[in-house]
Amino acid sequence: MQWEAVIGLEVHVQLATASKIFSGASTAFGAAPNSQACEIDLGLPGVLPVLNEKAVEMAVLFGLATHADIPERSVFERKNYFYPDLPKGYQTSQMAEPIVGPGYVDIPLEQGGIKRVRIHHAHLEEDAGKSLHEDFHGMTGIDLNRAGTPLLEVVSEPDMNSAKEAVAYLKAIHSLITYLGISDGNMAEGSMRCDANVSVRLKGEPKLGTRCEIKNVNSFRFVEKAINHEIERQIELIEDGGRVVQETRLYDPDKDETRSMRSKEEANDYRYFPCPDLLPLVLDPAYIDHLRSTLPELPDQKRERFTQQLGLSDYDAGVLSSSRALADYFDRATQLCGDAKLAANWVTGEVAASLNRDGLDITQSPVAPEQLAGLIKRLQDNTINGKAAKQVFAALWAEEAHTADEVIEAKGLKQVTDTGAIEAIIDQILQDNPAQVEQYRSAEEDKRGKMIGFFVGQVMKASRGTANPQAVNQLLKTKLDAL
Amino acid sequence: MTLTTQDVEKVAHLARLQLDPQATDAYSQALTSILALVDQMQSIDTDGVLPMSHPMDATQRLRIDEVTEQPDRDHLQKIAPATEQGLYLVPRVVE
Repeated sequence: MQWEAVIGLEVHVQLATASKIFSGASTAFGAAPNSQACEIDLGLPGVLPVLNEKAVEMAVLFGLATHADIPERSVFERKNYFYPDLPKGYQTSQMAEPIVGPGYVDIPLEQGGIKRVRIHHAHLEEDAGKSLHEDFHGMTGIDLNRAGTPLLEVVSEPDMNSAKEAVAYLKAIHSLITYLGISDGNMAEGSMRCDANVSVRLKGEPKLGTRCEIKNVNSFRFVEKAINHEIERQIELIEDGGRVVQETRLYDPDKDETRSMRSKEEANDYRYFPCPDLLPLVLDPAYIDHLRSTLPELPDQKRERFTQQLGLSDYDAGVLSSSRALADYFDRATQLCGDAKLAANWVTGEVAASLNRDGLDITQSPVAPEQLAGLIKRLQDNTINGKAAKQVFAALWAEEAHTADEVIEAKGLKQVTDTGAIEAIIDQILQDNPAQVEQYRSAEEDKRGKMIGFFVGQVMKASRGTANPQAVNQLLKTKLDAL
Repeated sequence: MTLTTQDVEKVAHLARLQLDPQATDAYSQALTSILALVDQMQSIDTDGVLPMSHPMDATQRLRIDEVTEQPDRDHLQKIAPATEQGLYLVPRVVE
C-alpha cells in the first residue's frame, strides 16, 4: 500500500515590537518575573486595550510579502478558555475576519523545482504568560511578562506531503519574517513556534484522514523528526487494523516519539465572539500601498537576481539569499569588487567555513565585506595568487591588519611575475636536486607531466608562495626540456 | 430549541461555574426561554444584511509602539493570594 502524508502548519511568529499588542508594557525578553505585566496584561477590571500600530504594520507587511489579500476590515474576537497563564479568561485573537487573507509561499523541493504552499490566513493575537512547574510548595508559579506580546499566527493549507516539505515551508517563513524585520525568528527563545497537523491517507484517496496535532515543535530538526515519527505511527496503527483518533500530541525529542497530551473527547469550545473593547480595524488602501512601497527585496527576488543577473548557480543563489544579512554582505562585496562569482566563492567558501568554525553568524564576521572586496581586487589584478589570498584572508580574520594591502605588504606576499626572478629560483632548485633532474630527463614523455609537480612545489616553497604558479610551470617546462 | 440538563452542566463547566444541582432544572427552563427569543429573531429574513460586530460606526484607534508602562509589581501583587520570587502562585497545573 502506498501511503501519503498530509501536513498543515500553524506557525506563531512573535512580532518584534517594543511594547505589547494592547498595552504600553515592554516586551523585552528575560526581565524579572512579572516586572513587565501591567494592569491591561493582567486583565484587571476597568482597563481598555488599545491596539499597537506597529503590530498592525508588521502583519500587513507579512501579508504583502506572501501575496495575500489584505481585507479593508478585520475584527478582534475573544477566545475563551481557562488557564492560569491567561489571566483574563480569554485570549484576544481574530477568527472570522483576520487581518491577512489567503496568500502563498513557494518552497524549493529537494528533487528540484518549487512547490506552492497556500496560506489560509494570518491573524493577530496576544501571547499568554508562562507556567513554571518547578515545585513551589506543590504550587505552580506564573510569570505574566509574556502575556500580551503580539503574535502573528500563520495558518497554512494542508499542502505539504512530507516532513522535508514542512521544514522547507518553515524555513521560507523564517526567512521572510527576518527579511521583513518583523521578528527576530529566534526559535530557541520561542520567537517562532510551530504546531503541525498531520494525517495520512492512501495515495489517490481524495478524502483527508483523521489528523493529529503535534504541539510546540520548536526547531527545524525537531519538526522533521516529529512529523516523520507521527506519519510512521499513524501508518502502523492503520495497517494493524487500528484507527487514528483526533487528538493533540506532544513531541518528546529525548525519546523521539509523540505521545497523547489530551484527547479531544471534550472538544475545546472556545465560544469566540467579537471583543467589545476593540472596534473593527479598518485599513486605508493608501496605507497598504505605502507599506507595499517599503517592502525590501525578498528572498525569492534575490535568488532570481543572483541567478539571472549575476550568473550564480542555483545552489549559491539559494545559500546567499537564505538570510538577509548574508545577502547584504555578498551584495556589498560584489558591488565593491565587481565580480559576483568570485565574491560568491569567497562568501560561501572561506567566509562561511570560518564563521562555522568559530561559531559566528555573518553579522559577527571579523572580515567586513569591504575588506573581502579589497582582497578579491588583489586577486583580480594578479598582485597575489590564490594561495597567498588564503593567507591574507586568515590574517584579516585574525585581525592582524585592517586591509588586504597591509597584509600583503607586511608578509611580502606580492606575487612574483618577474621572469628573471623566477628563473633565478628555478636554476637554484635544479642545481640543488640533480637526482630528480636526472630522473625527469630519463622519464618517458607522458610521465614527465606528473614529475614536474615536484619542482613546482620546490620553487613555490622557495618563493614563499609568491611566485605566479602559471609562470613557474611554463618556465620550468622550458628549462627542463632544454637540458 | 430545548436545553437539557446536560447542556446546562456543560455550559456551567466551560464558564467554571459551580451550580447547585437543585437549580439545574430552573436554569435549563430559563435558558430555553431565552433561546426561544433567539429563535424568534432567527426567523427574520436577514439576506443581504451584513453581520454587525459592533453597534457604533467607529473604527479602532491605534497607539504608537512605545513603552509607556513601568508596572509596580509589588503593588499589583498585593491582591494576589500567594506570590514567591515575583511569581504568582496557583494550585498545581497538570496537563
